[in-house]
Amino acid sequence: MPFIEAIGQQLAEMLKKYSADYIEAHLEESQTSHIAYRGRELDSIGRATATGGNIRAMVKGAWGFVSFNDLNELANKVELAVKQAQLAGREQSQLAPVTPVVDAVLTETDRNPVAIPLAKKKQLLDEYNDVIWQTPKLQTSIAGYGDSYKKVIFLNSSGSYIEQDRMDIALRLAAVATEGNEVQQAVMSLGSRGDFTEVQGLHHQVEKMAQRSVELLSAPQVKGKEYTVVLDPVLAGVFAHEAFGHLSESDFVYENDRLREVMTLGKQFGGKLLNIIDDPTMPRLRGSYKYDDEGVPAKKTYLIREGKLVGRLHSRETAAKMGEKPTGNARAINYRFPPIVRMSNTYIEPDSASFEDIISDIKEGVYARNWYGGTTSMEMFTFSAGEAYMIRNGKIAELLRPVVLTGNVFTTLMNIDAIGNDLEMNQGGGCGKGGQVPLPVSNGSPHIRIRHCLVGGK
Amino acid sequence: MEDILARAKKIAEEAEVFMVASEETSVQFETNRLKHIHSIQRSSVALRVIQHGKIGYATTTEPDNRQELVNMAVETARFGMPARFEFPSLTTYPSIEVFDANVGAVPIETMINLGEELIATIKSHTPDIICEAGVARADASVRIINSRGGEANYRESIFSLGVEGSLIRDTDMLFVGDSETSCQPLTESKKVAEIVLQQLEFAQNQASVPGKLLPVVFTPRGVASALITPLMIAFNGKTVLEGASPIGNRLGEPVFDPKLWLWDDPTIAYRPASRPCDDEGTPSQRTSLIEGGKVAHFLYDLQTAALAHTQSTGNGDRNGGLPSPSATAFVIAPGTTTFDEMVSDIKEGLVIEQLMGAEQGNILSGDFSGNVLLGYKVEGGKIVGRVKDTMVTGNVYQLLKEITAIGSDDQWVGSSIKTPSLYCPRLSVASRG
Repeated sequence: MPFIEAIGQQLAEMLKKYSADYIEAHLEESQTSHIAYRGRELDSIGRATATGGNIRAMVKGAWGFVSFNDLNELANKVELAVKQAQLAGREQSQLAPVTPVVDAVLTETDRNPVAIPLAKKKQLLDEYNDVIWQTPKLQTSIAGYGDSYKKVIFLNSSGSYIEQDRMDIALRLAAVATEGNEVQQAVMSLGSRGDFTEVQGLHHQVEKMAQRSVELLSAPQVKGKEYTVVLDPVLAGVFAHEAFGHLSESDFVYENDRLREVMTLGKQFGGKLLNIIDDPTMPRLRGSYKYDDEGVPAKKTYLIREGKLVGRLHSRETAAKMGEKPTGNARAINYRFPPIVRMSNTYIEPDSASFEDIISDIKEGVYARNWYGGTTSMEMFTFSAGEAYMIRNGKIAELLRPVVLTGNVFTTLMNIDAIGNDLEMNQGGGCGKGGQVPLPVSNGSPHIRIRHCLVGGK
Repeated sequence: MEDILARAKKIAEEAEVFMVASEETSVQFETNRLKHIHSIQRSSVALRVIQHGKIGYATTTEPDNRQELVNMAVETARFGMPARFEFPSLTTYPSIEVFDANVGAVPIETMINLGEELIATIKSHTPDIICEAGVARADASVRIINSRGGEANYRESIFSLGVEGSLIRDTDMLFVGDSETSCQPLTESKKVAEIVLQQLEFAQNQASVPGKLLPVVFTPRGVASALITPLMIAFNGKTVLEGASPIGNRLGEPVFDPKLWLWDDPTIAYRPASRPCDDEGTPSQRTSLIEGGKVAHFLYDLQTAALAHTQSTGNGDRNGGLPSPSATAFVIAPGTTTFDEMVSDIKEGLVIEQLMGAEQGNILSGDFSGNVLLGYKVEGGKIVGRVKDTMVTGNVYQLLKEITAIGSDDQWVGSSIKTPSLYCPRLSVASRG
């Protein structure tokens, strides 16, 4: 690997020589390894190293951005970024002020998961795969493990110079069962901030997942209509992220007057019991960091407090344009992309209800657990549960085929009328926005109850 | 590259080096205004080795890290899957035009003008709309060499133009948009603008549909967002080999409506999904998948084809990893019915232009369920307005078994799907009404 530290020092001198309103640079070196099984056969195993960087310049309110793998002739790259910004710039640059930071946030490299022998990672997947394949009627399975270690240097024309490293592990397992023409699958997705022990010892959960794929073969499909729906912590966390979280990303809002009206601070979005938070300073979660990719210190941000909209997530530019404080939420998935406003660890704060309290007065409802995925288009959201059950007369009843829940964010938030006391953070999956996917994030919630939620079905 | 191959051959029985280098320049508009100009330079080298009969794999962006790359690939080969194929030896490739030097010569100012013109056209129709637009040009070179003397090279240019508009009234949000791509420069924005203006026209009023079974017309963009992904997975030779494809054991059988013809085609001139060979150096070919409703073939790379005792169809794709079968461009043959004829045939029904969340269901079984992000109510043969809070649920195989009519309006949606509108007799609709 080349020494990005040395290049970083050179660049720091260089950035001072150009006339732009602002210039920043990211340099990155990374190592990754992955192992994937499809069925009983190993499908892919590989290792990779990458080195690259980018220069971002702002002139008269517009950005020039140059990214590269080739670290030679950096002066030309800085020049190109400045020239591009000049070409596009027609207004005034606005960036919220941030005190320049010089810091190195480095973990002990002996925790680097990429350095763990491939044999050990393969053994773990072999064990999980064996567990899955003990299930009858199983057609196939998918098991994927990936890890990464990367070191990023951020520097800007105001004198910030920050070195950070981060490690990440993602594990995804799926079991596919068939009978006649029926095909059903169950999935499990989790991750950690580089701690391998967090993906070990899950044999029992894996077994239950495989069994569920088989049980789904004979499960009925729910009748499509409105239900009272109870979400488990995983799915409620996805809901907080997808349905509401993306709306509080200010880059959607800051230059859109209509949307600014919709998202006016102080507006009532839910009941008094509802609190939603984004917090990159929580320890050891996949969405945690000390500085964002604009060198802004991370902080805890209340998005909804007692049902009222009280905050939103910012980059330096969106904060300046909206006259608010930067929150440290500008993140880039890697050097090939500029930082954009993203969530970190997003969750619904726990209240006091027990799970029994939440379901006991539901005559007919749906209990949705786990997640396949979710997307949002501002006011409309769709998210799918990996596991669902009918609730009948206050009790969990029969297993259902996977359900898809959809609705309008604003009405749905208002319809949350019970929040549990059992907060759990989910580390699986990753977030996609603007082609930058999967960004490590986490989300969480206690159990929540939503009245009048539209469930897709026959 | 030759040096990497030579070093790998010293340790492994067989080796293949794949290199891709690209440069892309794009101008991006936010909130109707020019906001970003990006240029992205990428280069990477992937090494696949076969050692003691097993496959190893590594990649790097560092051209000087030759020995480290070889060492990493060899390390993974210890655990790799047994290789069942041979790298292709030197062969001739079909001549497929995918490079036009004019793309690289388009000045940034011209790209800016194109984006501004597109936004101006849309704003003159609907002044309140907020557009995000992008115009991009790219140039990529691919080179593959292997230890059996195989060698392939090609260069591809891509030009693209796209826009997404949002119109917000209180908490009501409407999203419209379209894009166009080619290996040649696009000189006008008319085609994209016309589609967006049509969407805005159809969405002017709001309408609601009852929750029941209704006839549905999927526009080309509706087909792409709702129906194609499950088919791409089902026709993937790997899914078939695993026994997870619902059509895997139905070769030659009538599974779909007899009017339906589908093929995978990386050989069409100046299309971004086209190429003379796949990422393993297998020559590109057009592969028939559905012939008059019957399942005709599946898509393979070298390894999967060998395991299935068949030939690679030239569909080996690297998405940052080892080659794996993947669709290039799915093309559905057009029919003879116009879109207007389809709509005028419907007493009460739905036109789906964009379905959200369709891919979250059980993709393998073909079940889908999604929110109609952009769709229109049809009443007495006419589009009367846009529907909201509407969800549709169905199964791709049931839906495509009986198609009332196939449109004559086939067009590209993105770079990998060309399809006409499809008129289906019934689909389950749930709605807030």
